[in-house]
Amino acid sequence: MSEYVFLYRGGEGGRSPERAQQMMQKWMAWFKEMAEKGHVKDRGQPLERAGKLVNGKQKTVTDGPFAETKDVVGGYTLIEARDIEQAVELSKGCPIFEVDGAVEVRPVMKLNM
Amino acid sequence: MELDEHLFRREAGRIVATLTRIFGVQNIALAEDVMQDAFCRALEVWKFRGVPENPSAWLMTTAKNRALDVLRRERTACTFAPELGRLLENERILAPAVEELFHTQAIQDDLLRMMFSCCHSRLPEEAQVALVLHILCGFSVDEIASAFVSSHAAVEKRITRAKKVLAGSKRLFEVSVADVSARLPAVQRALYLLFNEGYHGASPESAVRVELCQEAMRMVRVLLEHPLAATPATHALAALMCFDAARLPSRVDLSGNLSSLFDQDRSLWDSGLISEGQSLLELSAKGPELTEYHVEAAIACVHSMAQRSEDTDWGTIVSLYDTLMGIQQSPVVALNRAIALGQRDGPERGLEEIRAIAHRDRLAGYPFYHAALGQFEFRSGRLEIAREHFRTAQALARNTMERQFLERRICACKGATSAPLADEQNDQSTVEARSS
Repeated sequence: MSEYVFLYRGGEGGRSPERAQQMMQKWMAWFKEMAEKGHVKDRGQPLERAGKLVNGKQKTVTDGPFAETKDVVGGYTLIEARDIEQAVELSKGCPIFEVDGAVEVRPVMKLNM
Repeated sequence: MELDEHLFRREAGRIVATLTRIFGVQNIALAEDVMQDAFCRALEVWKFRGVPENPSAWLMTTAKNRALDVLRRERTACTFAPELGRLLENERILAPAVEELFHTQAIQDDLLRMMFSCCHSRLPEEAQVALVLHILCGFSVDEIASAFVSSHAAVEKRITRAKKVLAGSKRLFEVSVADVSARLPAVQRALYLLFNEGYHGASPESAVRVELCQEAMRMVRVLLEHPLAATPATHALAALMCFDAARLPSRVDLSGNLSSLFDQDRSLWDSGLISEGQSLLELSAKGPELTEYHVEAAIACVHSMAQRSEDTDWGTIVSLYDTLMGIQQSPVVALNRAIALGQRDGPERGLEEIRAIAHRDRLAGYPFYHAALGQFEFRSGRLEIAREHFRTAQALARNTMERQFLERRICACKGATSAPLADEQNDQSTVEARSS
């Protein structure tokens, strides 16, 4: 088994309370399904959409991130999967795609390689 | 932990009502933004960490904290509720004051105040209903548009205008003795229309939208909890909704077909709601006031007491319709009265009464008027004429369920080659029309 990080990009919201509730229930169902199959190493955390960017030799501090809303990372999850293909397959169940979001699947580097 | 169905919707109304109280009615859009924000946060956080122990309290606290942020940030830029003015100058008393405003009882009063504010006399009834759904029931514009078979643009326009009127009223409705009794009929009417839209609505997808009925019942229960709003008429309205809602499980049969009062599987009726309706109807029988809700609830009660449709006490129903005609004369009420008379005295009498309805032309576009004619002609054995009426009704039908329902009637006219049996009460499918 290898570890992968899912980074959730964009796809904020649900513009009505009912939609928000439906979306949340879908997310929880998706997590539950992956957890039952032993794929969830760490459910992860949500991230605030805005923070600070510290940059350059001058360590300039600006409000960030600069990415467009649809690219901003809103949270992450640590997944265990056989290989990248399986990790990608798992990510396809994420409800974020219904609201134009994306999942970035990144293998965690293995130290023994 | 599992979430209650529609929890977010329910909380949305409470949050917006309370925030509007704090921000002032002219800042209702701000209140809605803060509410949206609270739900976005809930969605983001809960999906990773699970639903908290008390989701309603979590949402309220999040909204309260955001409200405080907004008040601190905008204290000079925005004009908030006048009673807040003094507090805004002093941070030390602001937070406890806002805390106080989020007290459970205060929220309940806010909900009521907002409901009365939405039923402003300068707003047309349809706008009142849309506003109640939008602000108090947390329905988005799209959700309202689909519930009322309207376009997004039309509903948006209606709600924007309505909010302007609301903002122009300068302050929220004050729940005081004189004001409540003056505006209560409008509030009752809006909730009655909301319920009927769910029960007899014109949606192309479904003839029954249980959601809308549930929302109307939830709002009526808020009225019942307030001593000034819990009048006999409110009890009668609540009773009517209970009796009607009790039949919801059988209004659409297992194959998804609309089922008339006569064909319904009465064992599916919700006996809990029927007895709740009966208790409410008893509570409504106080004081001199007799409203249309009293009479309609009494009619619904008589239906609910018949184990089989042929056990229905049509004599009582006819006399109740006579009373109703005295309160609210409309062609639809007259049609229902004629149908009841036809049930009591036979189809010829029913036809005679339908033909005698004043302003009968106003029923021409109403599918169940033609269906009623068809049904009485059918029972009199004039199948050709009956079929024509059913066809006219079908052409006017508003959704697939109604069309299929009438299709079965049309087929029945073909099927019965000779005059139908005298006793065919079981196969009657008259209508359950409502005066809306």
